[in-house]
Amino acid sequence: MQKQADQQIAYRPRPFFRRFQEDPTSQGLALISPTFIYLFIFMILPMVLVVILSILTRGPYGNVVYRLNWQNYSRLIDTLYLRILWFSLWTAALTSLFSILIGYPLAYYIARAPRKQRSLLLFLILIPFWTNFIIRIYAWIMILRTEGLLNTMLINLGIIKVPLDILYTPTAVLIGMVYEFLPFMVLPLYTSLEKIENAQLEAAADLGARPWQVFMRVTLPLSVPGMIAGSILVFIPAMGMFVVPDLMGGAKTLLVGNLIRNQFLTARDWPFGAAASMLLLMLTLAVTLFYTRKAGFGEELLV
Amino acid sequence: MNQFAVELRDVVKRFPNPGGGEVVAVDHVTLQIQHGEFFSLLGPSGCGKTTSLRLIAGFEWPTEGEVYIQDQAMGRIPPYLRPANTVFQSYALFQHMTVEQNVAFGLEMEHVPKAEIDHRVGEALEMVQLGGLGKRMPRQLSGGQQQRVALARALVKRPAVLLLDEPLGALDLKLRKEMQLELKALQEHVGITFIYVTHDQEEALTMSDRIAVMSKGKALQIGTPVEIYERPNCRFAADFIGETNFLFGRVVSMKGDKEATVFVEKLAQEVVGLRQGELSQGQEVVLSIRPEKIRLADKAALQVNCFKANVVTMAYIGSDTRVIADLGNGLRIKIWEQNKISTLEPSAYYSEGEERWAILFPENTLILPRE
Repeated sequence: MQKQADQQIAYRPRPFFRRFQEDPTSQGLALISPTFIYLFIFMILPMVLVVILSILTRGPYGNVVYRLNWQNYSRLIDTLYLRILWFSLWTAALTSLFSILIGYPLAYYIARAPRKQRSLLLFLILIPFWTNFIIRIYAWIMILRTEGLLNTMLINLGIIKVPLDILYTPTAVLIGMVYEFLPFMVLPLYTSLEKIENAQLEAAADLGARPWQVFMRVTLPLSVPGMIAGSILVFIPAMGMFVVPDLMGGAKTLLVGNLIRNQFLTARDWPFGAAASMLLLMLTLAVTLFYTRKAGFGEELLV
Repeated sequence: MNQFAVELRDVVKRFPNPGGGEVVAVDHVTLQIQHGEFFSLLGPSGCGKTTSLRLIAGFEWPTEGEVYIQDQAMGRIPPYLRPANTVFQSYALFQHMTVEQNVAFGLEMEHVPKAEIDHRVGEALEMVQLGGLGKRMPRQLSGGQQQRVALARALVKRPAVLLLDEPLGALDLKLRKEMQLELKALQEHVGITFIYVTHDQEEALTMSDRIAVMSKGKALQIGTPVEIYERPNCRFAADFIGETNFLFGRVVSMKGDKEATVFVEKLAQEVVGLRQGELSQGQEVVLSIRPEKIRLADKAALQVNCFKANVVTMAYIGSDTRVIADLGNGLRIKIWEQNKISTLEPSAYYSEGEERWAILFPENTLILPRE
């Protein structure tokens, strides 16, 4: 016993470590540093680079000249660009809306399926992700084009005489976007629907609620967090999407994503592209903040 | 006035087994529950008590037989049209609604006028002593308070029958005891028929007017708490409610119109007991005698049923002294002696190895058929 006590007294940490033992603030900082370093390298640094780039000047050969230039931003305030921005917002909002409308019954069905089948059904939703995104978009082009699967079928069934012009319209873009982002809506919706206790639904029925009343008064309100989380997950990437409008919208449909990509790759005006990126970022942030303030932050995102 | 508040006539409920075949959850159960009665379904988990309750609530439909509420056949009437309301084991409060909104929900479904809803909700919350907490959300309440909300939410509808599925199961022991008395008082106050599911025999004995003891889907015995405890009609009921000693034997002869003599193999002696149900000579039976009904004495006080008993262990627990005694041939029985006299004298509490006489009074010894 005595020997043990002696050893304890004999142990004295070095000053550097002693500071850690005594100061909870430096302890906390030390513990959070891996996260902080990660975020710094992969998020803060690139963002700062884009911000700096956005106030530089395009050189005559598409290079970047290190001269301060605020005109990249003032150029953006133009009806042409504002219209693209508005159209992007609108498309992203519609994508979220249709994802909810299509995804809700699907998520509901999976959440109410026998427990053993649920993981299989969720797995089936994720399977298309194994195929390259571009290939899946081309599959949609095959379906929607004038002599495509859909038109051929409808004409053969005698429902229409003249093929529908869907491909290369905003509708086609919307279809492609909803298709692409549907899983991001279904998964959080499923999570919140699955969490609803069966006993709560039974309690509502027991208290006199008809099945549709049970849905409207209990199921729907309890799944709002999932809807918010899903909408955020769909809306943000939908705002920046450029592949779908490129391939399915033809030259007619231009979203902010296309605008930015064109500035970097076609027009080779990197500073202007960076400025447009900043605008997109601010806008997305504003919409998301407004949405979450209004409806409460989707707790499914916080898990 | 209709005859019964709730009646189950030969009800059977089978569920498909995921592994194939069927599981019989409720097996030909017949119950008649009076108006204003506090009726308990008592049994271990998986005995079919909750399924029986769900059959009355309408969450399940019987495979065979019929459920009647106020003499009306329920058939396939859905839960929202039945004059019965349920208090769920998990409370099942609506997490997105305040306490008031929870309680008002059932009345809104009935399209009760707004002013009356407010009045009745306030009244119901007062009744369960939750006045002033109406604006809280369920998750801000303690378990006991949530329990009260669930109760108010069901009672505010003024149902003909209130169904309670182990409502006190999640509460701690002290709160549970308080709530038992409170529930019983509340039931007497509102005069509504309560059907109460529990696996806690003490709870059932304390609160109920009548109890149905259930096992493996069957209602084995239906009776008042005193009948169930003092005159169990089968080995399961005797074993499940309270504690008892079992002695296995065979009927030797009938004695008078109530008693019989049984030869107990392990004792190699005859024991006289009270006949329960129809017994015949030579039938294999089990004798049941409660530990508190056996006397440990210095000498054999009766002509029959007195056996030499060796004290194997004793435990002093304050109100009682609990003894395990050996009657010979390794046959051990539990004997509880109440400590009616306050003394420090060690001999009053027995000691290990001591030899006494165990007296099994015939009127306390029940002869039950051996299933």
